[in-house]
This record gives sequence, C-alpha cells and structure tokens, in this order.
Amino acid sequence: MLKVRVIPCLDVKDGRVVKGVNFLALRDAGDPVEQARAYDAAGADELMFLDITASHEGRGAILDVVSRTAEVCFMPVSVGGGIRAVEDARRLLRAGADKISINTSAVENPALLSDAADAFGSQCVVVAIDAKARPDGSGWGVFTYGGRKATGLDVIEYAVSAVKRGAGEILLTSMDRDGAKNGYDTALLRAITGAVNVPVIASGGAGSCADLVAGVRDGGADAVLAASIFHFGEVSIGEAKAAMRAAGLPVRPI
Amino acid sequence: MQKIVLIDYGSGNLRSAQKALVAAAATLSGGFDICASDDPKIIAAADRLVLPGVGAFAACMRALGERTGVIEAMTTAVQQGAKPFLGVCVGMQLLAERGLEFGQTQGLGWVGGEVRPLTPSDPHCKIPHMGWNALEEMTDHPLLRGLEVGAHMYFTHSYALLPSDPSNVIAQVDHGGRFTAAVAKANVAGVQFHPEKSQSAGLRLLANFLEWRP
Repeated sequence: MLKVRVIPCLDVKDGRVVKGVNFLALRDAGDPVEQARAYDAAGADELMFLDITASHEGRGAILDVVSRTAEVCFMPVSVGGGIRAVEDARRLLRAGADKISINTSAVENPALLSDAADAFGSQCVVVAIDAKARPDGSGWGVFTYGGRKATGLDVIEYAVSAVKRGAGEILLTSMDRDGAKNGYDTALLRAITGAVNVPVIASGGAGSCADLVAGVRDGGADAVLAASIFHFGEVSIGEAKAAMRAAGLPVRPI
Repeated sequence: MQKIVLIDYGSGNLRSAQKALVAAAATLSGGFDICASDDPKIIAAADRLVLPGVGAFAACMRALGERTGVIEAMTTAVQQGAKPFLGVCVGMQLLAERGLEFGQTQGLGWVGGEVRPLTPSDPHCKIPHMGWNALEEMTDHPLLRGLEVGAHMYFTHSYALLPSDPSNVIAQVDHGGRFTAAVAKANVAGVQFHPEKSQSAGLRLLANFLEWRP
C-alpha cells in the first residue's frame, strides 16, 4: 500500500535557505544541502526546494544546490520556482531533481505542462496551484506571481485542465491559510482530490500534527507539505509520522 | 577494480543513480570504478552495466537507439559476456519485448513480456503510482539480500512490466492490485522503483547488485 508522504519545504534564495530548520548540529544552517541532509536523516519522504530568487542571474545557484544535494541525499527531491521553459526543467532534472513544480508559467504558457510531460513524463511534472477563496463563497480562484495576480480561473477547472495537459501531481496551496498555522483548507483539498485522479500535496496552513492528519483524512491529500512547523522544530518528522500512524493513516516507518 | 558503467543516453536520473552507486560501493570492500558513458567501447569493456531511465518508454528507446553502437555494445556485454545488468524504472521496462505507452514500441526483449498501463482495481488508487510502497512476494534472489518483506522503496510510474514467465518476477508491489517491482533472468535484472531515491533500502539493493555473481 502506498504511504502518505511527509514533505518538508525549504525556501531558497540565491542558493541560501531563507527560513531554515533549527537543528543545532548543523555547521551552516543557511546551507540548503545541510538542511536536506538533516531531513534525510530524520526520515522525510521527499524534499521540496522552492527557489524564490528574484533575479534571473541568481538562478544558477539552485542548480548547484540540487546537484550537491543529489550527492549526499538519496531521497526524492522536487524543485519549484522560476521554471519557464522545458530547458529550465531539463537543467534541474539533470542536476538531480526528480520532479519540477511549475506555477505561474503553467498558467501563462498552457503548452509548458504538456511539453514537459512529453519530454520527461508526467511523473516528474508537478503543477503548483495557489488558490484563494472567493469572497462570495463560490469556490476558489487561481493566483499567480506568488499570489499577487488574480487569473480569474476557477481552481477546480484549472486543476482538471492541468492534469489533462500532463501534470502528474498537484501541489495545492491555500493562500488563505498559508502562514496562519490554523490548518490546511480541507474543503479546498476535498474539492480538488475529488476532481482529479493524480496525487495531491496539501500545502499552506499546517500548524500541528493534527493539521497534517486532517489534510489526509478530511482533505483526501496524498502528501502533506509544511515549512515552518518543521523548520522551527515545533514538530519533528518522526512526530508527524507517529501522529498519522496513530490516526490510522499509512506511513513509511523511519 | 571493477568497472561499473551507467549508460548515458540523456536520462534525467543518471546523476542521482551514479551518486547512489558510489555511496553503495563505499559500503563494500571491493574496488569499484563507477562512470557514465555512451561510448560503445567503454560499455563493451564494463564489468557491470546500469541502465537508468525516466520518462516515456518510446522516448527512452529512441534516445538509446540514437546513440550509435550503444544497444549493440550492451547486448554483446550482456548476452555474450554474461555481465550483470541492472535496469532502473524505465531502464527496467526497456528489458521487455514491447511497450504499449504512446502506441507499441519494441524493447530490448531480454525479458519476455510487455509494458502495460497500470489499471488499479481500487478507484482510490491514483495514477501515477507515486511515493513509497512496500515490497511483497519477494524471492530469495541475491539482489534482495538483507531486505525484509515490507521494505519500502520509492516508486513513480504509470506503466509496469508484465513478464511472460512469472518466475522472472523477484518482488511485487500492491497499488490496487499487485504488479512487478523487480525482475531477474540470469544476469539481467531490473527494478521498477528508484533505488537511488530509496534511502538506505535502495543503497542496500545497489550494493547487492555490485556484489551479485549471477
């Protein structure tokens, strides 16, 4: 039986971790590779690097981070941020990434998901969707540019079309919950997991082990992603898995 | 010093597989020289061969065929030289006689059977089969030495190899129905999962491959 994945996410800017884990043993807490090693040792099921480098020139740094990580971490690694073309994806995959996550460019260039899926297979193409509840309660809209631009797209319709175009997984972030630590938007998750047949990663809002459990049990997510609760040591990977196991969810033993 | 060659035909997981083999070799006492190459001479002279693979069957087979002399060198090393061979993910699927992804494509044909889409009987089982899953129905094949039933490996695929001879299957996995997780036939073996991404269990399997004497 497939296990629910626990995925820590690291924000990386110019090759350095912006929000990092508080592991005391790290020689250089700003080094994404050191952080990746710590999560590998802690039993994380997968790792996500989100490249938030603003400048085009700085983008080479993430390639170095990915390739150094692949030398020491033997776990699946996904990379998102700034992927605008098949060649961007190819460079990351060649450096050692297993999946590439595409957000804004998947909206602006509808062919990108299908081109990437044709070139590398759907299993390594993740569509990252930032969703926000509409004020009138009529569902959720899709936002791009880190949540700054409303696209006018409906999240369910968009998710279905992204899968049709070749996305093999959805990273679904609730903008309403992101950073609030009061739990994933399980209604949003349920709406998407009920509409597509590819794995869905819950993101945005996890503040406790109970939230991780709810993302899977109530939201139907296949994987849970979190940043701050892991980085600041509020919840360890082991505690997250223990809580999920206690709730009857299938997890990989550490 | 044993020469281990990963066949370089542009596959995305080449580098990860190479690094993992280096890490696995470091746990063993023998000397291993691990390199990636698309040079038929280097491939023909290898003591062991590894074929990585990510993506679609037809695209991988085409990329392999475009490298002049590579398939011939692999075939000679494996069939005449009896060199141990490990295919990983699509690299394992290419061992089949044919693949049914995007039409029908001829494979290497070293293991009888074909590669078919996964069709889970349980509608809750999603495709791609993506994530950590447990090995089942394991035989006592040397590649699986030290791995217990229930060892978790990382999978990510939508198609699976269905060998025509069931005795070629050395491990299975369940995702709305059982299918092939690993195959072996004489000196040729393949794994559907990614040992290079499966932490200590994956490194153990790679170490077993490096020590395998079929």
